[in-house]
Amino acid sequence: MGEDTDATPTLNHRGFLPDHNYVTEADIISTVEFNHTGELLATGDKGGRVVIFQREPESKTEPFSQGEYNVYSTFQSHEPEFDYLKSLEIEEKINKIRWLPQQNAAHFLLSTNDKTIKLWKVSERDKRPEGYNLKDEEGRIKDLSTVTSLQVPVLMPMDLMVEVSPRRVFANAHTYHVNSISVNSDYQTYMSADDLRINLWHLDITDRSFNIVDIKPANMEDLTEVITAAEFHPHHCNLFVYSSSKGTLRLCDMREAALCDKHSKLFEEPEDPSARSFFSEIISSVSDVKFSHSGRYLLTRDYLTAKVWDLNMESKPLETYQVHDYLRSKLCSLYENDCIFDKFECAWNGSDSVIMTGAYNNFFRMFDRNTKRDVTLEASRESSKPRAVLKPRRVCAAGGKRRKDDISVDSLDFTKKILHTAWHPNENIIAIAATNNLYIFQDKLNSEMH
Amino acid sequence: MNATTAMEVNAEARRILAVSISKLYASRSQRGGLRLHRSLLLSMVMRSARDIYHSSREIEGPSGAQPTPEPMETSSSPGEQTVPEPQPEFQTSEEPESGDEGCDGDITEDKENMSPTKQSRKRRGKAAAAPDFLPSKRARLEPGEERYAAPSCRAGESLSALSLNLNRAISAF
Repeated sequence: MGEDTDATPTLNHRGFLPDHNYVTEADIISTVEFNHTGELLATGDKGGRVVIFQREPESKTEPFSQGEYNVYSTFQSHEPEFDYLKSLEIEEKINKIRWLPQQNAAHFLLSTNDKTIKLWKVSERDKRPEGYNLKDEEGRIKDLSTVTSLQVPVLMPMDLMVEVSPRRVFANAHTYHVNSISVNSDYQTYMSADDLRINLWHLDITDRSFNIVDIKPANMEDLTEVITAAEFHPHHCNLFVYSSSKGTLRLCDMREAALCDKHSKLFEEPEDPSARSFFSEIISSVSDVKFSHSGRYLLTRDYLTAKVWDLNMESKPLETYQVHDYLRSKLCSLYENDCIFDKFECAWNGSDSVIMTGAYNNFFRMFDRNTKRDVTLEASRESSKPRAVLKPRRVCAAGGKRRKDDISVDSLDFTKKILHTAWHPNENIIAIAATNNLYIFQDKLNSEMH
Repeated sequence: MNATTAMEVNAEARRILAVSISKLYASRSQRGGLRLHRSLLLSMVMRSARDIYHSSREIEGPSGAQPTPEPMETSSSPGEQTVPEPQPEFQTSEEPESGDEGCDGDITEDKENMSPTKQSRKRRGKAAAAPDFLPSKRARLEPGEERYAAPSCRAGESLSALSLNLNRAISAF
């Protein structure tokens, strides 16, 4: 894995004021997702907007401008709503975006906020009909006396226009907050998961869904765990996994029963009793789970570690990677400033050889599963000039600065957190969301997967 | 654990409890409603802190009355977090588990909460808006209070008083 990554120009999301301590909250990016070919990259933000970037095709004349991502379309996906029955405001923040595999010229994506999932169609229009008989060029009705001959309208090229339209709205199926959506490999169904339930939908049917997991106890006082993430297996359309706040993963087979409360496999690592603290439960809560592209492994992220699990081994993870273990002694202050509740996501590279996840101070980490090497990189304007090579960073214990560029644990900026990252499905291109900025890094030296 | 360490642990537990409770208050006015996951984690921390607090009180207090077997279970190993009683002692920790959203200031009496075996007469909509998360209007007696009543509740006195005040404060919220 090459640590030498070129930095393409940072793409300013929107509304970034020069004084970077003041950030419009609506511009904070809340989800990032490449489509299946990697040609398109979608981001969702707290203001309910979706921005889609498209990769420019390679240009032979200007080799360095190959593969840059530019804004393709922007639209408002969700609006703030009010639930009058419960006197609750429903946030418009986009929690997740998932692309559907492309089946025709148009692209489709699912976006969800806390309660409602929407299917959007993204299509291009580059021709328009001209030469109507009854309307003029501006669309005004012509005076019939001026029409002396008939003409057949012809399609004339026009500037490319990207149209986005909502095709389906899947609403009113979740009492609790939706945290995940996942498209099934059958390309006909998808699931949505909230804190206590998972529903299975058909993409064409909006007025009903099947409940496939329900962990709500009869008495809410007995509640001990919630669902934190869920995903379908990439190849087996009957299998899915969901993670819990207790740090367990459950693999379920939809062929076994209509209601998959009983898991097929339970992945759980026995707790280390010596590591017990007030905050053990919080830091063991799984914030993200992702199947590997091969479907053989699972990647999970909890507060301090990232773990790779083998689907064939339930007793413990295959590999455990310490993301920022230096925070273990600071859990109390992280609890006070709420950072301990941060939900970090994780990502596989295309060949499942490298995993990536975010951390604080705009740092993100990559772990090579084969060489066991890891690197810490920073996503910031200061350290990422266009075409610059990212410099690996190091965090050292308080008071011990061995190298010039080391940063001490106490100087970490906990307001700068990288929660959302995405990896191109085939190439070494990564998208990093740092608060309201999107960074896209490409590995020019090793642009093909090895 | 000697008395000094027990005192430090005690202070730490109280501080974490105070922080947790203030977070609970703050989350009720959060946009988007109460977050179930967050509330659950908060209540777990509060429960751990309460257990640690009780166990450290046991140790630091003068060796007088024998503690009852029940509190001994939770205080024998301060490191353990097992909570024998299923019902949390605090009303505050009940609420986040039972109230995911929509209970701000809503203290109307909820018939369905009084007896779990009663059939709900309310029609359930597609969203299954079961109102079982609404807190009952009557103040609940802490289970701990009944059990501790026999040895005259030495260990959790001040903390119970603290929690009772919180109950009233939260009901009024």
